[in-house]
Amino acid sequence: MGDASFSLIVAFTVFGILTLGGALGVILNRNLFRGTIWLMISLFGVAGHFVLLSAPFLAAVQVLVYIGAIAILFTFAVMLTRSLTQITDRFTRLWWNLGGAIVLFVVLVGAVIWPVWGGFTPGDDILFANVMSTTDLGIALVDRGSDLRQGFVLPFEVASLLLTAAMIGAIVIAREADDEEKGKRG
Amino acid sequence: MECVGLCDVVLNLGVRNQELARFLASLIGVLLVSGVPLLTVIILILAERKIAARIQDRIGPNRVGPYGLLQTVADLLKLLGKEDITPTAADRILYNAAPIISFGSVVLLWAVIPFMYWNTPEGAANAVVGVNLEIGALFFVAIASLGTLAIMTAGWASNNKYALLGAFRVVALLVSYEIPLVFALVVPVMFAGSMSLVDIVEAQSHMWFVFMAPLAAILFFISSQAETGRAPFDLIEAESELIAGFNIEYSGMKFGMFFAAEFLHVFTNGILMAVLFFGGYLGFFYKAIPPLGFLWLGLKGSLIYFVFLWLRNTVPRLRIDQVMNFNWFFLVPVSIINIMVTSLILKVMQEMGYAPTVFAESSLIGILPLTIVMLLKDAIIIGFILGRLGQEGRKARIEATHAEESLAAAAAGD
Amino acid sequence: MIPLWIYLVMAAALFSIGTFGVLARRNGVAVLMSVELMLNAANINLVAFWRYTNPTEINGMAFAAFVFVIAAAEAAVGLAIIITVYRNRHSVIPEEARTLKG
Repeated sequence: MGDASFSLIVAFTVFGILTLGGALGVILNRNLFRGTIWLMISLFGVAGHFVLLSAPFLAAVQVLVYIGAIAILFTFAVMLTRSLTQITDRFTRLWWNLGGAIVLFVVLVGAVIWPVWGGFTPGDDILFANVMSTTDLGIALVDRGSDLRQGFVLPFEVASLLLTAAMIGAIVIAREADDEEKGKRG
Repeated sequence: MECVGLCDVVLNLGVRNQELARFLASLIGVLLVSGVPLLTVIILILAERKIAARIQDRIGPNRVGPYGLLQTVADLLKLLGKEDITPTAADRILYNAAPIISFGSVVLLWAVIPFMYWNTPEGAANAVVGVNLEIGALFFVAIASLGTLAIMTAGWASNNKYALLGAFRVVALLVSYEIPLVFALVVPVMFAGSMSLVDIVEAQSHMWFVFMAPLAAILFFISSQAETGRAPFDLIEAESELIAGFNIEYSGMKFGMFFAAEFLHVFTNGILMAVLFFGGYLGFFYKAIPPLGFLWLGLKGSLIYFVFLWLRNTVPRLRIDQVMNFNWFFLVPVSIINIMVTSLILKVMQEMGYAPTVFAESSLIGILPLTIVMLLKDAIIIGFILGRLGQEGRKARIEATHAEESLAAAAAGD
Repeated sequence: MIPLWIYLVMAAALFSIGTFGVLARRNGVAVLMSVELMLNAANINLVAFWRYTNPTEINGMAFAAFVFVIAAAEAAVGLAIIITVYRNRHSVIPEEARTLKG
């Protein structure tokens, strides 16, 4: 592990176990509510990795958006479809898919990650660089950008438009039809 | 990594190894930051019962110890001695984990609260704080959402219809009231130009944010009352409708933990509000005698806590649809308008030079124009809201009288 | 500092697990959860590459932030569809919703 300090290795291992263990829990658990809890554990581990990668803002947003909102949405969906969630405890084409996933992993590691990035060590100028802070991110997100610095105002606005569209769409799709509409449909 | 703050103190005490000193400092810090709230709960429960009793014209607990001071200890022993039941149909692991998550999520909040001023060398926080996160305010919101998860888990794992119904209500309530809470929180963050709670306190050294953004303070107050599930928003455990809500199956100390978490959450919200809007540890002589800052913070927090309790014990419970309407048709639009107008005014005044960009380095005179404009803006918004409310109320009353009259006429016609 | 390749291998493992979940799970909600895992794997990669190759620019963080937006939108719409399908067909298995299939 090179010159990484002991506490860093411990933290990385713990978060790695949380991430991968939680992910395994999500796909292997037959009880969907427990699957949601496993998902939260996994996402929490990812948040920990963000902290280790000196992106605390992303870690907080990860906890806020994923655990506070998306996972809660999932629990809602699980409970609203509760009566049928217990039946589907079979996998479709288990061995084919398992083999496919393992092959994917092996190919990713063996053909992409190891040859290209295996011997990669960042220089000291990167390891101890002044990492971009939350304020920089905030400025960049609403900045038009210039030759000197990057700006993401257009993607930012598109993203907000996407969120609005998704919100309206979700409401329209999931809304129960009014009595009049039901009458029209017959 | 240099050794500052508590680590420095430990080094001076005679621990030579820097690595060891840092570890010891972290340990002491964790024990302090998590131990203080745990001890506070004991006092809080008694305070809450005494205050509630006084408001309801009772005396309150007065049997155990002088003035009933030991009542909480007695209750604690009773809860610990009770049989610890796990329902057979419950999801055992989640059922037992839920109270821990619930309490832990509240204690975690204390990690970012700055307690008092501390003169430290360059580069470190100028305050005694568990950890001066760059994203302190966001951390608060993120951790608070873990509480929602705990309640949901408790409701589901109990395998009880009433518990599940209670949990559904909680999630509906907490998720919706998180929106005005966050929007109100953004206002101090905008003023301070930082999400670190230490920076937010320092930005208030000339003018508390409650004078610059009273509307945001009110919104924050209301929605944090809802976040803790207190009356008038206590649909989570509306006894008359849901027996006890999500915690119906819990007994003994597990129930006690939910209870303690709620009490501590209210006080923590009081402290946070003091930090965000009432200047935190700022007060007379907070620089000369740092522990005095701790006292100021406690005093402000307790006062806000008292108002929380006051509201809880005097306002009747709302219906679930009323609670939701109040949020979506009132709090959310008002907070969105507030945030838009505030940011616009702040930016325009900063560009024109009437307002400082860094509040902490300004002076009372420098910040005064902005304060006046902000106050004026809030007064206009609040006046507009009150006017609309009065109109609507009058309309509703007139309609009610008309309905009564027509009913009476119909009865007379028969 | 932790070497970069460990992060990449972990993200690859997370992505593979997610892929398996998407292909093999039959419940629509579980499929969506697996998609979230895959998005997170991508996010780990984005942030890790940002930190190890270009920490003085903002791209990596900004992209990760946009992934959050996509994830939130996807979850909201996906779950709304699942709930509607469940209400109309009493099933949460995507394969059984084949009314539109020719």
